[in-house]
Amino acid sequence: MTATALPRTRGHARPSPRRPLGIVPTGVLVLGAIYTLFPVSWVVVAATKSKAELFSTSTFAPGTGLLSNLGDLFAYRDGVFWLWLLNTVLYAGGGAVLSTAVSTISGYTLAKYSFPGRGLIFNLLIGGILVPSVVLAIPQYLLFSKAGLADTYWSVLLPQILHPYSIYLARIYSQAAIPGSLLEAGRLDGAGEWRLFRRVALPLLTPGMVTIFLFQFVAIWNNFLLPFIMLGDDHKFPLTVGLYTLLAAGANQPSLYNLIITGTMLSLIPLIALFLTMQRYWRTDLSGGAVKS
Amino acid sequence: MRVNRLAVAAVAILTAALSTACSGGSDEPSTQTASQSAAPAGPVKLTYWTWVPNMDKIVAVWNQAHPDIQVTVSKQAGGDDAAAKFLTAAKAGNPPDLVQAEYQMLPSFVAADAVADLKAETAQAKAEFGEGIWGLVTLGTDAVYAVPQDSGPMMLYYRKDLFEKYGIEVPKTWDEYAEAARTVHKKDPKVFLGTFSSKDPGSFAGLAQQAGAQWWSISGDAWKVAINDEPTKKVASYWGDLVKEGVIDGMPYFTPEWNKALNDGKLLTWPSAVWGPGVLSSNAPKAKGKWAIAPLPQWNAGENHSGFWGGSSTAVAAKSPNKAAAATFATWLNTDPQALGLLIKEGAVYPASAKGAALMTEAPDYFSNQPDFWQQAASIGATARGFTFGPNVGVTYNAYKDAFDKAVAAKSDFAAAVQSMQEATVADMQKSGFTLAQ
Repeated sequence: MTATALPRTRGHARPSPRRPLGIVPTGVLVLGAIYTLFPVSWVVVAATKSKAELFSTSTFAPGTGLLSNLGDLFAYRDGVFWLWLLNTVLYAGGGAVLSTAVSTISGYTLAKYSFPGRGLIFNLLIGGILVPSVVLAIPQYLLFSKAGLADTYWSVLLPQILHPYSIYLARIYSQAAIPGSLLEAGRLDGAGEWRLFRRVALPLLTPGMVTIFLFQFVAIWNNFLLPFIMLGDDHKFPLTVGLYTLLAAGANQPSLYNLIITGTMLSLIPLIALFLTMQRYWRTDLSGGAVKS
Repeated sequence: MRVNRLAVAAVAILTAALSTACSGGSDEPSTQTASQSAAPAGPVKLTYWTWVPNMDKIVAVWNQAHPDIQVTVSKQAGGDDAAAKFLTAAKAGNPPDLVQAEYQMLPSFVAADAVADLKAETAQAKAEFGEGIWGLVTLGTDAVYAVPQDSGPMMLYYRKDLFEKYGIEVPKTWDEYAEAARTVHKKDPKVFLGTFSSKDPGSFAGLAQQAGAQWWSISGDAWKVAINDEPTKKVASYWGDLVKEGVIDGMPYFTPEWNKALNDGKLLTWPSAVWGPGVLSSNAPKAKGKWAIAPLPQWNAGENHSGFWGGSSTAVAAKSPNKAAAATFATWLNTDPQALGLLIKEGAVYPASAKGAALMTEAPDYFSNQPDFWQQAASIGATARGFTFGPNVGVTYNAYKDAFDKAVAAKSDFAAAVQSMQEATVADMQKSGFTLAQ
């Protein structure tokens, strides 16, 4: 009885020390989720409050002003909000697509070809990761002004295309995802380098490209300083800079808090939609890795 | 071999950089000549950076009447960031033709040679403005660097109903104000007569002006910096003692908690400027009709002084190819009766020009209980005195925020915070190469 019970308890005892460890990561993740979702939920609740309710009702009590906030926001300066949203989509979408293309080609090249200067270029790129893009904004502005490109759409798009971290990511991913023997086999079959890249490498790289695309899209969507410095014409502003003009409305004008909060909430929706639709590519990434190992 | 290829690559990059730099350089004169030669033929095109609401509507009126000078408004974020952005644009060589310049930022524009002297163009406009305001755009020199747009004379906003409830009189001197603060706080420890904001150097500068401070002055070629002068130290110590005593709160203005305190009637006064109604009506909508204005409390009974908080002017960029046209527009905007009327109605601006101030008759909706609001404001405005701002107000204001943040949190000596403002300002001016008088 005791003899049979012993191994049983042992068998039960084995997962039990693992269980607290199993809970800890979950707990950390739950805390992380609360930490990130709390401000978002505040934005959503606050967007429903009218001007009068915003600072007078309790924090998480829903208000009654959502429709009037939306109406005011869309009417603000003849619907300039939509223009800003369109600009943001252009900057983030166009910038992320171009950046993904540049990063993938560069990363693939750095990973799969050996040529003189490869190490130097890669080390320079690694160094580039350490330089925050915020620091570069003003020098870039001065350069673009010299080239006559300041205050154009290009001035916001171009600097965000080359992103060292994405190239680094693409290189690491290419190294892991594309077996050298596969390329070798393709070469023996007579495929050119471009065809190899298009037909063999690209399909394997898709999950990595989606990651880069999402990273860059979010980064550009949220970028403030670069467009703030580069753009003078308020019809080229992205949402971040546009909404900031509502916040810093000058001393004799109150900040339009309820419009800013409503605008912020609306600007979150495309990001959430993008993540939800792009998630499946990440899942293929995981399963792909599992099959290989 | 390897080194050679690298060298080739480096040279290629360098030549590419140089050629873009050169083409940029050669572009500049060509665009300039293009706009100059285009000036007589087509209309002059001006860009205008401002954050006055509805300025595009006001400018549309000008554009209709003046087909030869077309102004495009680009609405910017207001405040210190706007000044930094304009200075960067001016340095890069592509500033807007016209820019809204807050009075305290104008000297830094002048020091950077970013704004043009409008003396000849504004000779007639000068008569429209009071001497105090005009001094803010001349900086006490012979030149005129901008046309004044709005001004912010300070006054005391107070909760009339709650003053009655707590049985206090409107304070005529700062001593009475301190006494009232103690009375209110004793009757209800959750309620404060006022708060000292460590985030609003402009407000502190205004209070120092009222006390007679002269933070900067120019003598010959040298700047004199006296932020730690007696009047300023007096103002700082006064508020410091009240915060230390616990009868004046230490929360900054324009924060959500401040809004809440205003809404809940936990804050009874706000020494602020003439633009206060806009802020109150938006941030404390519940208290509509319960606020009133009075002159700021005085340092000595029988005196009658006030200071300025905020206010801005319209400046013309030194690099603008169409300075004369820009000056014409700036003068129209800030002195023409039609433009002033639009500024008041559409832009919610309190005009700096005497003519404009006289156009304000109907009290703001929020102050419907005080029908003579603007008459009172005008008579208070006449008592406001300013001082010359220095070329690095940004540094001074940041030093204010740093030092007073700590001083309010620690309830320590406010005069020491003033001293650190002085030191930071002097150190920065020395570093930037300004000559300082002792």
